[in-house]
Amino acid sequence: MKETLSGNEAIARGAYEAGVKVASAYPGTPSTEILENIVRYPEINASWAPNEKVALEVGIGASFGGGRAIVAMKHVGVNVAADPLFTLSYTGVKGGLLLITADDPELHSSQNEQDNRHYARFAKVPMLEPSDSQECLDFTKLAFEISERYDTPVMLRTTTRISHGKSVVETSAPVTDLPQPHLMRDPAKYVMLPGNARKRHFVVEQRMSDLAKDAATLPVNRIEMRDASMGIITSGVSYHYVREVLPEASVLKLGLVHPLPLDLIREFAGKVETLYVVEELDPFIEEQVKALGIAVKGKELLSLCGELTPGRLRQGFGLPAAQQMAAEDLPGRPPNMCPGCPHRGVFYTLNRMKAYVSGDIGCYTLGFMPPLSAMDTCVCMGASIGMASGVVKVIPEEERSKVVAVIGDSTFLHTGVNGLMDMVYNKAASTVIILDNRITAMTGRQENPASGHTLMDDPTFSVDLHMLCKAVGVQHVRTMNPLDLAECEKVITEEMARPEVSVIITNKPCVLIKREGVFKKGPCYVVDPLSCTGCRACLKIGCPAIQWLPGEGKKGIAHIDALLCTGCDVCRQLCKFSAIGEANER
Amino acid sequence: MSDKVTNILLVGVGGQGILLASEILSETFMLAGYDVKKSEIHGMSQRGGSVVSHVRFGSKVYSPIVPEGEGDILFGFEILESYRSLPLLRPGATVVVNDLCIPPPAVLNGQQEYPAGLPEKIAARFPDFLLIDGQKLAADAGNARAANTVLLGAISNRLQIEEKYWQEALERMVPKKALAVNLAAFALGRSL
Repeated sequence: MKETLSGNEAIARGAYEAGVKVASAYPGTPSTEILENIVRYPEINASWAPNEKVALEVGIGASFGGGRAIVAMKHVGVNVAADPLFTLSYTGVKGGLLLITADDPELHSSQNEQDNRHYARFAKVPMLEPSDSQECLDFTKLAFEISERYDTPVMLRTTTRISHGKSVVETSAPVTDLPQPHLMRDPAKYVMLPGNARKRHFVVEQRMSDLAKDAATLPVNRIEMRDASMGIITSGVSYHYVREVLPEASVLKLGLVHPLPLDLIREFAGKVETLYVVEELDPFIEEQVKALGIAVKGKELLSLCGELTPGRLRQGFGLPAAQQMAAEDLPGRPPNMCPGCPHRGVFYTLNRMKAYVSGDIGCYTLGFMPPLSAMDTCVCMGASIGMASGVVKVIPEEERSKVVAVIGDSTFLHTGVNGLMDMVYNKAASTVIILDNRITAMTGRQENPASGHTLMDDPTFSVDLHMLCKAVGVQHVRTMNPLDLAECEKVITEEMARPEVSVIITNKPCVLIKREGVFKKGPCYVVDPLSCTGCRACLKIGCPAIQWLPGEGKKGIAHIDALLCTGCDVCRQLCKFSAIGEANER
Repeated sequence: MSDKVTNILLVGVGGQGILLASEILSETFMLAGYDVKKSEIHGMSQRGGSVVSHVRFGSKVYSPIVPEGEGDILFGFEILESYRSLPLLRPGATVVVNDLCIPPPAVLNGQQEYPAGLPEKIAARFPDFLLIDGQKLAADAGNARAANTVLLGAISNRLQIEEKYWQEALERMVPKKALAVNLAAFALGRSL
């Protein structure tokens, strides 16, 4: 059947057609929808893991048990999963194992732009790179064949354009003849002590060498001869930009980007006059072609930074650009916390207290944006607590009480709890605020071990964050209502003054949680235009529901959009003139 | 079937139903027998940011994004976002815009003003310009939230696709209980 599917939907479909038994992931843009779509196939046991390392370990277990497994993450997630990955390359697999890395050229929603093709080379595992949704489906199935044929995990790299782009896909029926998983022992292969691992390293090198030879015959690597004056080696979405912008050029289209089909590259280079590599981000293919002693042009024409586009490719190849009108300077529309977001009161308070905020990855990273402007660092998932421990080790004593780490519930369970253990164990006195909004909000409201529900929406045990912090050794754990500014100021002030580790846990849910009874919308608030003095105090929380009307009153007045207001009450607390109140009281 | 690829851009603010509208468009083109590619960026925050969705159809589509300066049709859900996207268009492109201003943060807090006279400026550059009161028409159809379907109807007039494919795509993509309202909203848009 023909359907339009996104790359992520097509990977989910491919997993189903390949007879995958287990899927595990931690949500991360642009990979999140892979598992959200795998849920449509009840044959697959799909679950959110607390982090990418655990997700991969679940996948490895399923594979060693003989079932096919798929593990998905965004590019930076592979950094977290790298530890098991590099040794998994040595053990190999039993059931096929596919690790998806969803890279994000142009950093549409990421903290860096790393090119994870390097991981395939570094960890010595084969990597496939699809260029549209049909290939996402086909390559997912092919990955399991390669994985089992060569006894290796396989990586499949997508980019945001592939993950979130849609194109027409032909689907088919799932395989039915896979062996039934059961326990199998083979410690020489699966116990990577030095004595065993030394032997396995030779197996790894032999496998990669075999794969490199066979790569020339894999149909996913193909030469498309057209005009021989220009030959382009390319892969992924770049292939389509090449076909769009340089339709006459001959192309070596690579579906397997590691190991590279060196014989095919030599053959192609011998057929064309000038050879180019068109690839996003790093010169991954280009450098390996150069190492063969073949003259090739690549990164001198295209940037190392950012996503490729048809326009950038045109420019790189010196082709005339389409006539375009110039862009004007217009008010920007940056991301913002939602109206009623429970993080707003905490960041407003931290800003007032001039705290040094060690931040983390999540919706609350937007606490960096003005007017809240209350975040000083943000590096990676879980880093806020460890970094707070580090900074208090070097700064003068009088500055130490200024340091606060903020972290979300999902991020805390991802890798934050390790930092908290270190903070307590090594006595780095600092305050940690766990912004517990009961969900993994930023990626679109995924469940996590503290939310009480699984990916399949079954009720489950919910981690007690308060008891967890106690168990780690934190003596002072408090709960705080983040929508009560007076309480925020009191609690944060007291805990920052404390010369010991302390944890504050906020207790209001994300406003977007749809499950019955979790988030309750309050009465909508209004501004009394006669009482509003135009002091602008309510604008300091940056709520999208509050609009400034410069032409009204003496100095302008504030107005609350009834459709957007959730009745969180934070703006009312800021108004010294009692001009803001519930609509039904006015 | 012409070989030329048609480039459509859908722009607006997160939460306006742009992704659903672009899905309905893609589905329609696929049903009509074309190759289709769609591309959009989301993530970072769930609401409020700029959203741009690219839909391309033709006998064979390569790039999933509209080459810069080659947009044929701009389908704007909000005025400022429509204006911001004009550089993506070719001269003589068709522009259909919902008559709605959603002030961005710097305007909400009084630091900047929402630029005035944008529809007139768009019309001056792109004579094939239609400004639609999508909210009002959607309310006439039964639900103000169906403004995106009114706009789809208006766009459908500018594309040579048989009406039955639009109907089928709407039936496939719109939730059952909202279908009647959306079909009415589509018809109102198509009558413009």
